[in-house]
Amino acid sequence: MHFFGSLFRSSIGRKVLMAVTGLILIGFVIGHLVGNLQVFQHPDHLNGYAQFLQQLGPWLWVARGVLLVSVVIHVWAATVLTLENNRARGPEAYRIKHTIRATLASRTMRLTGYVVLAFVVYHLAHFTWGSVSRESFKDNLELYTMQSDYKFAGIPVVKAGAEVHDVHEMVVLGFSHPLVSLFYIVAVGLLSFHLLHGLDSMFQTLGLRSGRWSGALRTIAVVFCVTYFAGNLLIPGAVLAGNLRPHTAGPAFSSR
Amino acid sequence: MVAANSTQPLSITLRVWRQADARQPGKFVEYQARELSPDMSFLEMLDVVNDQLTVKGEDPIAFAHDCREGICGTCSCTINGKPHGPGRGVATCQIYMRTFRDGDVVTVEPFRAAAFPVVKDLVTDRSAFDKIQSAGGFITVRAGSAPEANGLPVPKPDADLAMDAATCIGCGACVAACKNASAMLFVAAKVSHLGLMPQGQAERDRRVLAMVGTMDELGFGNCTNYYECSAACPKLISHDFIARMNGDYLKASFRAALKPESAGASGGV
Amino acid sequence: MATLDSKTPPGPLADKWRKHKADMKLVNPANKRKYEVIVVGAGLAGASAASSLADMGYKVKCFVFHDSPRRAHSIAAQGGINAAKNYQNDGDSVYRLFYDTIKGGDYRSREANVHRLAEVSVNIIDQCVAQGVPFAREYGGLLANRSFGGAQVSRTFYARGQTGQQLLLGAYSALMRNVGAGTVELHTQREMLDLVIVDGQAKGVVIRDLVTGAIERHAADAVVLATGGYGNVFNLSTYARGSNATAIWRAYKRGACFANPCYTQIHPTCIPVSGDYQSKLTLMSESLRNDGRIWVPKKAEDRRKDPSAIADADRDYFLERMYPAFGNLCPRDIASRAAKRVCDEGRGVGPSGLGVYLDFSDAISRLGANGVRERYGNLFDIYHEITAESAYEQPMRIFPAVHYTMGGLWVDYNLMSNVPGLFVLGEANFSDHGANRLGASALMQGLADGYFVIPYTIGDYLATQKPGSCPKADGPEFKAAEDNIRTMTKRLLDNPGREPVSHFHKRLGKLMWEFCGMARTKAGLETALQKIPELREEFWANVRVPGSGDSLNQSLEQAGRVADFIELGELMCRDALTREESCGGHFREEHQHPDGECKRNDEGFGHVAAWEFKGPGQAPARNVEALNYESVKMSVRNYK
Ligand SMILES: Cc1cc2nc3c(=O)[nH]c(=O)nc-3n(C[C@H](O)[C@H](O)[C@H](O)COP(=O)(O)OP(=O)(O)OC[C@H]3O[C@@H](n4cnc5c(N)ncnc54)[C@H](O)[C@@H]3O)c2cc1C
Ligand code: FES
Repeated sequence: MHFFGSLFRSSIGRKVLMAVTGLILIGFVIGHLVGNLQVFQHPDHLNGYAQFLQQLGPWLWVARGVLLVSVVIHVWAATVLTLENNRARGPEAYRIKHTIRATLASRTMRLTGYVVLAFVVYHLAHFTWGSVSRESFKDNLELYTMQSDYKFAGIPVVKAGAEVHDVHEMVVLGFSHPLVSLFYIVAVGLLSFHLLHGLDSMFQTLGLRSGRWSGALRTIAVVFCVTYFAGNLLIPGAVLAGNLRPHTAGPAFSSR
Repeated sequence: MVAANSTQPLSITLRVWRQADARQPGKFVEYQARELSPDMSFLEMLDVVNDQLTVKGEDPIAFAHDCREGICGTCSCTINGKPHGPGRGVATCQIYMRTFRDGDVVTVEPFRAAAFPVVKDLVTDRSAFDKIQSAGGFITVRAGSAPEANGLPVPKPDADLAMDAATCIGCGACVAACKNASAMLFVAAKVSHLGLMPQGQAERDRRVLAMVGTMDELGFGNCTNYYECSAACPKLISHDFIARMNGDYLKASFRAALKPESAGASGGV
Repeated sequence: MATLDSKTPPGPLADKWRKHKADMKLVNPANKRKYEVIVVGAGLAGASAASSLADMGYKVKCFVFHDSPRRAHSIAAQGGINAAKNYQNDGDSVYRLFYDTIKGGDYRSREANVHRLAEVSVNIIDQCVAQGVPFAREYGGLLANRSFGGAQVSRTFYARGQTGQQLLLGAYSALMRNVGAGTVELHTQREMLDLVIVDGQAKGVVIRDLVTGAIERHAADAVVLATGGYGNVFNLSTYARGSNATAIWRAYKRGACFANPCYTQIHPTCIPVSGDYQSKLTLMSESLRNDGRIWVPKKAEDRRKDPSAIADADRDYFLERMYPAFGNLCPRDIASRAAKRVCDEGRGVGPSGLGVYLDFSDAISRLGANGVRERYGNLFDIYHEITAESAYEQPMRIFPAVHYTMGGLWVDYNLMSNVPGLFVLGEANFSDHGANRLGASALMQGLADGYFVIPYTIGDYLATQKPGSCPKADGPEFKAAEDNIRTMTKRLLDNPGREPVSHFHKRLGKLMWEFCGMARTKAGLETALQKIPELREEFWANVRVPGSGDSLNQSLEQAGRVADFIELGELMCRDALTREESCGGHFREEHQHPDGECKRNDEGFGHVAAWEFKGPGQAPARNVEALNYESVKMSVRNYK
């Protein structure tokens, strides 16, 4: 009886894997959003932050490894469960398909999941590998000189004067294409929708949900997803609305 | 399809799944059911149709039923796509014709799941549930060896919650309603009922591991938290019991990994 | 003539069972696995017996016609189970439970059996609690009790309104544990169609696989029947549709005596019949009578009026009038007959005129609608579901319906029939309830038989059989029994008739209800004894059974059962006609006190009548087992 064996082989075990990897990925998307929201501050912030992540060296690769493994397990489990579930209905489908209360979010998990996966690949290609629009990729932009220290948890991790990639510029330029922004918004919307059921499900699968809590947990999930979506909407929204402009073309914010 | 609440007789068109046995393909066949009293139960309507078929020399529609009062769990029709038909917290046998309107077309299918092969027409083989039970759905106690009943107080809230789970009638509507044909609600109800009682603690880990393991082997789908099961359940058993079982299963797997003997020889996955 | 030796052990009543247990022969543990036992039925009685015997080491084969043992009719019992635990400190004792049961049965049961039942009742609760049955509890965590008709103490244990379900699931879990362990071989969707007797002893059964149609033979060292009651003779009853008499009836035709077939219980509070299509009558718990008041209009011409338009002075609260002390809570048979009487007078309500009001308006003004909802909400919901009427706004309509059969195969103290090796448990035997069963006592009896009696008494019989002497299932007796079944099946399927089986079942039910129901007369029974054989002829001439015999064929199943019901109905009428007295559920209009109560004839009928099959077309023989009351005095039952 190996604990891990049972995680991978039993139905509940696979669901636990889904939940735990889902939780890791939720943690990632929260961190990712919070980090990116620094785009609304002086370019030192986002660029310093990006530089700081680069400096993590092997730790960055550990984090990437964990994320990659999580994605692989999450997608693997989803695929295996789906294949089994399709088989479980038996030789005949219902002539009349009727849903009593399953939410749209729950019924579209596979769809939203795979769209989000495709988007993640595109997003990486766009901002990490630079294979979408080469001219605005950070490697092809001028280096940026830090004007002040970038502090993480109070410790200066990137010094003023350091020459770093201009991620801030890359983000703003990236989102100035309306189509790119639209795709991004749709994908993040689907992701939020995915999380709406995912989060609720996670509590259930890990056995944390109970009658008294279920209402509160559902509210938490809804508030989280709405906030998450709104947070993500801010960046392309601000760029498209012209509130967020390349800093090389003057002050980054119209309000400043 | 809400209660017309009339006393007028009504006529409906039935579209019924007919299948000679598990090996042969099935198909829908239409029948007219005329001049029905609204006070007639859905199964009584099928009785009447069957008597007419018999007189005409045709094969009557096979359907499962017994108590006709919602407790034995035998009846099992999917009516217009919903296991046990319109209505909440009732079994097929508790559906009355006044729920339908004159002229309705009513589609009747069996409970569909790979683990519930069709025996004939609307009758399916649900013995998979018995197999899950025999894997661990019990507390081992021989007649004659039981201690004094009041020697073991059970807090009333625990007893009440256990009873909520224990009301399961084993009909399989949870499986039929689940878009994945998962049996989690059924298994969770049993695991929770026994797991909530102090008497059930000795075999608690072993029980959940063995029952879930057997469930997995029998070809049921996996739960993806649609909660269609609890909505279709004629006893409205809550899917909270699934969360409880998930937790129990995790803890049991942990403990079994640390101390394999606690899961017993047959336990585990 | 069969010999009916009750084998009641000698000695004082309270010591009989203890002493008998010590005296019985035992089977040595290593030998137990050499004995095979067939258990037919897995309701409370069958499941508890099969699991207990398997736990002891016997090889058990269990057959049920249901698709799972969990669906046995026991699942439907609502109210509760009695036990002399005296947890309420209200003066209960084994003796009092024994006495109440004897009295409730109108002094027509065997003292020693009833006393044993009361003794083991306490062990049943222990056993069920240990199995995890979620009985109702008090806040202190200890078991709760409620009171039930016919008793002045609170001794009924319950699990909401689903006591039978929970007890059955307990017994089922024990059974399935043994199935999982390989100690019970379970065969579902198998119907026993014949009993096989070899050298005068029960040694096997012939079974039809209801799914494949295969006819199978199974041999064993002993056969246990726990196949439930036969109330569906009346077609409409509170029984599950599948409940049938086939197993015990075919055993009767192989020589087992059928005792007191005419003792049937009619429950007063059921939802009235609404039309000819009706297939089932639904019980409304007896507990409703605690707060509901039963009435009909005083004048027959008011019976179609809106009940709220009938002034209180124009209502007849007939139970309160006739039985001031017990009022609406008098025993079942008495309440049922009173309802019938007022309906016969033309004062019955509802479309058919066969109904009386059960009115909660007083309770609602006393407790408020919510107070009533708290107590009876689920029952009001069921009522609404079935009738589309709200009992909060208008009185319920109720009418008596067939609910239980006290008669059954005759058994001795060891629960063995007059055919050696054939044991009969639960509602299928006649043993413990005399002429009337008290509420919450059937569950008790079924479990007592299965958990605590048969495990001892079967050993006493098996010890007389050489281990390994069980015959092979290919002997001539088996072949003959199988041929018999094949012939009958073929005859039904090939019959060139026109009417569906239900047609005959309905007609039989009407005859039985009219002539052998709540009140019986000599003339009526004689009429029935003339009409039922005619119906039987007609059945065989004109029944149509579509389909084939080699697959699931529900019409065929039903046809065999109804054929048996018709014959059994005839025997019931015969028994009712011969029993020239009124007792418990058997009410002969000729034998009543001036106030309409049962007039027993202890001299002439203080005995068990056990009927013996004498061959087709022959009159059955009536054997008698005298009932000797040593501890209690037969007296007039009085609930006034
Ligand atoms: C609505 C209702 C409510 C009741 N409430 C109460 C109550 O509150 N308290 C109480 O004490 N009693 C109550 N009773 C009575 C009680 O439920 C029954 O008397 C009791 O459960 C009978 O149990 P049993 O094991 O003898 O038979 P059953 O439970 O009827 O089981 C019969 C078994 O035999 C099998 N069988 C039958 N024929 C064959 C065959 N030919 N071949 C193979 N298998 C066969 C069936 O598959 C089944 O497994 C109630 C009864 C009804 C109808
Ligand atoms: S027939 Fe028993 S639950 Fe419907």
